[in-house]
Amino acid sequence: MSPLPGYLVLSSFLFAIGLAGALTRRNTILVLVGIELMLNAANLNFIAFWRFSEHPEALTGILFVIFSIAVAAAEAAVGLALIIAVYRHYRTANADEMNTLKG
Amino acid sequence: MTLSFAIIAGITVGAAVAAMGLRNPVHCVLSVTLAFAGLAAAYLQLDAQFVGFAQILVYIGAVAILIVFAILLTRGSQPPQPSLLSAGWQSGIIVALLVLGALVYALVKTPALPREIPPAPNVTVRQIGDALMHRFVLPLEAVGLLLTAALIGAVIIAMKEPEPGSGNRHPETERKESGTGAQAEAPNSISNPKAQSSNHA
Repeated sequence: MSPLPGYLVLSSFLFAIGLAGALTRRNTILVLVGIELMLNAANLNFIAFWRFSEHPEALTGILFVIFSIAVAAAEAAVGLALIIAVYRHYRTANADEMNTLKG
Repeated sequence: MTLSFAIIAGITVGAAVAAMGLRNPVHCVLSVTLAFAGLAAAYLQLDAQFVGFAQILVYIGAVAILIVFAILLTRGSQPPQPSLLSAGWQSGIIVALLVLGALVYALVKTPALPREIPPAPNVTVRQIGDALMHRFVLPLEAVGLLLTAALIGAVIIAMKEPEPGSGNRHPETERKESGTGAQAEAPNSISNPKAQSSNHA
């Protein structure tokens, strides 16, 4: 019995928890934390499928995850810079109070 | 389903739930750091050692600390938060439960998953480097470009803007009031890089 479904269920749980946090928290930084959790869940999926595939010497899963980690780090940096810039203007980091574009 | 996998899974899921459920954002970041560490342990268990250590280096060593700094910079004078959940949080929980249900249902019902365990792959960092330099050189260069753009973009976005309304001055008159500092000379530091550098000369 392969442990692959166990890892996939774990990554599904992590994805759902990250999604729930990203959709419900008020603090925008914690929304970003939820997004990072979702990305990590997808990375775990890739590595699990790579490990239990027929041709692991192709290294496709490992390299995809390496690029995914790099892109996620860049996106976290830019997202946090945006939040800091918005905080400087509106003195709040809560998503509910960023409503000046509301119609 | 070995004991080590159960422990790693329990720690990771518990830390993730704490990360999304705690009230204090610093506690949330520390919990998500523990979740990243649990994931790194899972990668090590899956014989992806390079990815496991890269996860520790990048996520725990850089992303988590970056988030801590961002929380530090956006605290202000924190009154006790009236509610830690945004408006309409019930639909968010329902959507997350639906996604979880759909994923687990698909996993349980699919016949596509392999049954036997392949032997542990022996991956060297040299192989990863070879693949990065030969087969994946285009994504590697693209990621380099992306990181450069993200670096420049993040610095410009988060940079402190100079005071507005005191721009449009001739650089000669700036030097007479150099006591006001570099902030008073340009309305937008992006469009007037030359004015800034002439003041610093």
